[in-house]
Amino acid sequence: MKITRRTALAASAATAATAAVVGCSTNSGGGGGGEGGDIELSVATFNEFGYEDLFAKYEEANPGVKITHKKAATSDDARANLMTGLAAGSGLADVEGVEVGWWAELAQYADIFEDLADPAVEGRWLDWKAEAATIDGKLIGYGTDIGPEALAYRADLVGKSELPSDRTELAETLTGDWRTYFEAGRQFVEETGIPWFDGAGGTFNGMVQQLTHPYETADGTPVPLAENTDVKAIYDLLVEFKDISAGFKQWEEDWTAAFQSDGFATMLCPPWMMGPLAGNADDVEGWDIADVFPGGGGNWGGSYLAVPAQGENVEEAKKLAAWLTAPEQQVVAFQAVGAFPSQVDALADEGVTSAVNEFFNSAPVGEIYSERATAIDVQPFMGPNFFVINTVLADAITRWDVDGMDPAESWEQALTAYDELGL
Amino acid sequence: MRFTPFLFISPFFVLFLLTGLFPMLYTAWVSLHDWDLIRGQGDFVGLANFQFVLGTDSFYKALRNTFSIFLLSSVPQVIAAILIAYVLDANLRAKTFWRMGVLVPFVVAPVAVSLIFAKIFADSSGIVNGVLTAIDLPAVGWHSDALASHVAIATMVNFRWTGYNALIFLAAMQAVPREIYEAAIIDGTGRMKRFWHVTVPMLRPTIVFVVITSTIGGLQIFDEPRMFDTGGQGGASRQWMTLTMYLYELGWGPQVAFGRASAVAWLLFLIILAFGILNFLITRRIANAGGPAKSSR
Repeated sequence: MKITRRTALAASAATAATAAVVGCSTNSGGGGGGEGGDIELSVATFNEFGYEDLFAKYEEANPGVKITHKKAATSDDARANLMTGLAAGSGLADVEGVEVGWWAELAQYADIFEDLADPAVEGRWLDWKAEAATIDGKLIGYGTDIGPEALAYRADLVGKSELPSDRTELAETLTGDWRTYFEAGRQFVEETGIPWFDGAGGTFNGMVQQLTHPYETADGTPVPLAENTDVKAIYDLLVEFKDISAGFKQWEEDWTAAFQSDGFATMLCPPWMMGPLAGNADDVEGWDIADVFPGGGGNWGGSYLAVPAQGENVEEAKKLAAWLTAPEQQVVAFQAVGAFPSQVDALADEGVTSAVNEFFNSAPVGEIYSERATAIDVQPFMGPNFFVINTVLADAITRWDVDGMDPAESWEQALTAYDELGL
Repeated sequence: MRFTPFLFISPFFVLFLLTGLFPMLYTAWVSLHDWDLIRGQGDFVGLANFQFVLGTDSFYKALRNTFSIFLLSSVPQVIAAILIAYVLDANLRAKTFWRMGVLVPFVVAPVAVSLIFAKIFADSSGIVNGVLTAIDLPAVGWHSDALASHVAIATMVNFRWTGYNALIFLAAMQAVPREIYEAAIIDGTGRMKRFWHVTVPMLRPTIVFVVITSTIGGLQIFDEPRMFDTGGQGGASRQWMTLTMYLYELGWGPQVAFGRASAVAWLLFLIILAFGILNFLITRRIANAGGPAKSSR
């Protein structure tokens, strides 16, 4: 009796494992030449790249090419898939979508991606966009979209204070450094009792993206956290103004719910955030976007197309990636799903600049974000340790902003956590 | 030498060798190396990975959280499952309906359960805190206080597994010969006494089975705590990071340190082994003590 049970248990575990193995094998072997000289190309993306219609167009213009699209629901799923495929040495799509943040850890494996540098695409992108994907002189990704940050705000709530609620006037009032933005917020909170921004975590993210070398020096050596005065200064500034934060962690249940309950008046907003924001704030009127960002310009997110060297049709894949990221196509993608183009020519394109967003009080978002994109002069250096260190900081801020711990104690814990990384 | 019997039992052993024993030994091999997720095998480092893991606060935090969540889920779960099974074993109207009913939560995917409970246990917009504040009780920091987060996660686990275990107990209860109950009734025992001195001892092998499987499952808990917030790292102070989450963070997180992750996997294996044996001995003894055969009264 006992043996049977144990056997059954082990057998069922074995079956489950076999199923997993089989599941893996069906997943592998993307791409590969088809019959009769046909070329099959696979493209892996996540969230919304806006390429669906473009694939059909490319197939039409290039007879014999067949494109299959693998779309992951979230960027985390896509990252896990990419890392697993790279580790296994097979199973990746011919063209892989890569989020800008992943370069940090992928940079050390630059040789497993094709060098995409080509005179034909030189100068196609904003300088900092192409630079972020250039590793040791190799261009390993073609830029798709970017995330220039502007300020989203509730005009009706701001109108309750003495601050101007008009988007142009508010932009003028808030132009300046972060302290200007926070001081205005303190005045707002005193007058209305409503928190000024959604949470210190999201705000910290915007501030850190303006440093040239947030956590590591140019050669990738991590700066010990205890000596990182730039980051500590940002931390301290946020602590000084912690009373005007609503204390929500982005993407958490409470943050999502706060859009429906006048939880806060402003938040940092890259173009791709407009969709989630409008979704969370469904039926709430008053949201607007101002052409201003504290401390100048800032970028949050954006993606690339990369060609893994393990693919079978590397040359064809390069051609496809180059075509998809050309200004004309990115304008189409922008119109389809709002992915804001990273190409210089696309930014000036009528199809982009004339865009308005009705949810945000018909704000001329195309014009505003083009303006915000040109204001960006820094793409922070992200070495292989960017993410581990950034997580330590993000946790430290969550501990006092959301969990209510003493900020000084939280900083001590962050120092311990940093040491634990053993960098 | 006769081969036929070995041939008949070979499918299980071949499968076990391929999918059980080999990965286990390979993990041990990986744990002795500096092993990058993508680059693969690096230098042989001996026990340095184990040393590193055992030297971090995170490991002990993960250990604490794992055991806390395990105790908060398994103990009430087994007790509740036995009681539910006892009720279902009685002559109820619409028996099948009730029996199917307790299994419904098990059909729901763990991720879906987590999404629902995320709304229930949200700190400022959740139902639980809404009810608490409505009756003038202080709101609970489900995502800030460690113990509170463990209770919330244990609730999800219990929601899913109690009914399943209840059905296992129910099956065992129905196998108890009715004559024993009849004899007990003739001897004039009450309901409670019958439950304690007939039902529970007769369930002994099943209790051992359920306790051991829920020990293994409980110590490997991953889905529920990972889905407890959107970050999936176990909270800003790692309030609810379990051992498997720590393993995942080391191996697939930005550190991509497979050697360290494998070291955690082996430590977890040893802990489960030790704890499983301990539980087996304890449950056997408890069940024995109350058993009719070795009654010490």
